[in-house]
Amino acid sequence: MSKPKMNAMERLYLPEIFKGLAITSRHFFINLGLHSLHKLGLAKAREAMVTISYPEVRRPYPLVARSRHRLTQRQDGTAKCVACMMCATACPAECIYIEAEEHPDPLIEKRPASFDIDMSKCVFCGFCVEACPEDAIRMDTGHFEMAYFDRKDLIYDMNFLLNDDPYAIKKEDALVLASDKK
Amino acid sequence: MNFSEINPIFIQIAGHLAKVTFIMSVVMTSGLILSWVERKQSAIMQDRIGANRAAIVIPFLGWRFPLWGLIHNLADALKGIVKEDFVPPKANKFLHILAPFMACFAATAAFAVLPFGGQVQIGQVVIPLTIMPSQVGVLFVFALLSIGVYGVVVAGYVSDNKYSTMGALRASAQVISYEVATGLTILGALLTYETLDFRKIVEWQHTHTTLGFLPGWGVFHQPLGFMLFFVATLVEMKRVPFDLPEAESEIIGYFTEYSGMKFMLFMMAEFIESLLFAWVIVLIFFGGWNLPGLNMPAQGGTTNWMWMQLGYWQVVMLQMTAMASKIVILCWLQMLVRWSLPRFRYDQIMHLGWKIMLPLALANLVVTAIVQVALK
Repeated sequence: MSKPKMNAMERLYLPEIFKGLAITSRHFFINLGLHSLHKLGLAKAREAMVTISYPEVRRPYPLVARSRHRLTQRQDGTAKCVACMMCATACPAECIYIEAEEHPDPLIEKRPASFDIDMSKCVFCGFCVEACPEDAIRMDTGHFEMAYFDRKDLIYDMNFLLNDDPYAIKKEDALVLASDKK
Repeated sequence: MNFSEINPIFIQIAGHLAKVTFIMSVVMTSGLILSWVERKQSAIMQDRIGANRAAIVIPFLGWRFPLWGLIHNLADALKGIVKEDFVPPKANKFLHILAPFMACFAATAAFAVLPFGGQVQIGQVVIPLTIMPSQVGVLFVFALLSIGVYGVVVAGYVSDNKYSTMGALRASAQVISYEVATGLTILGALLTYETLDFRKIVEWQHTHTTLGFLPGWGVFHQPLGFMLFFVATLVEMKRVPFDLPEAESEIIGYFTEYSGMKFMLFMMAEFIESLLFAWVIVLIFFGGWNLPGLNMPAQGGTTNWMWMQLGYWQVVMLQMTAMASKIVILCWLQMLVRWSLPRFRYDQIMHLGWKIMLPLALANLVVTAIVQVALK
């Protein structure tokens, strides 16, 4: 790689250093002034920093962001899942474990007896959501922090997935399914 | 209270104790304060918040006092004390423990000859505001800085680690090379002042003017000398952009085998050195405690400065505040440089030291000498 040619002023080195110092000290004084104004309750509209104080303040995630799974419900509160195994088949990480049983309603063939997702294996690819013919599994809860002291806690069962409380998505947008809206 | 009734010897002793206490508390806390300044200033420069998590928490009430990140320094100190104090099995234990103290001692002891104000008169006793007023103060500071290198060399050599030894070699080569430049850049100013006594240097700057209208501060009649000395001191204190001896992010430095409080002593020595150099620069190039036009009144008298009429003690306090503000501004400038510029390559540092700064310093010295002779 050839070095870029420098002109005489740049080769003197000091003028360029002073330019750099001017930029950093400008940032310093502007931000210091803004911080002081904020303490006095002024100029709140202008941010003095780009930092988001993470656990207290969360950056808004886009609606298409794939987060922890949840199972959608019928109007009576049971799972919409029909245990067709499409998601378990599509899953490249093989982290979905479904046991099927007969549904009491003769119009519906099957329902899951148990539906476990092993979050320690999940790669958050979203293939299960794409594969589902019933819109029974979604990845829109907005939960990303899944840290536990025991690996067993990372295996989510059906009860948990059905009642997961999404906070990133507004309830009225997320919980009401398109088919239920009619 | 009438001071003339007290035996002067008591006033002398009390004065000495007060001076030592003052300097020691300033120097020892400077490591803490400067590391806070470093964190917060870099954060504000880079549009970040900086350290704000550590806090004094009052349980059950849920009150938190982060105190603008100052608590982080206490947390650091606590961590340094309780951390394992590791000595490599084949290292020389005695020298391994001695090295950080050598580095810290040299930087701290130099403050003995640095004045922090003019002189105060209590009763019949005149107390100069220096722990040890010395005819050869400048030489004393430079001698102690040369000793400071030994701490670094010993630390790298006795660690029983090749990379530490190489880091120590880099450090000693860099510091010793730049001692030549540091000494020569300051010679022009010393030639003008015709003394090595810090108090007389400051006095000279107060009683003379540059070109008839500027204050007689060194920065005005020795601008090149100031620039070169400032850069040379940045190299001497081994901080970015000249932190090759340490280079925490890439290459391994001389204190790799140090942990806990001994490691922090090296860091503290660096911060104390940065305060020391800011102090020396203020004394030699920024007129010390002087403000333009502010003269010391006689005991009990007053003097006019700008729109104010100031008494004796007011002037003493104003001068000490002026001195402290100048030092703070210079420390800020050092931090600004440290967080703005990328690191030099090793050959670039040597090139800058031997081929650029040394000839410039010599030229500065020769020109100053000719001008001095011509003016006489």
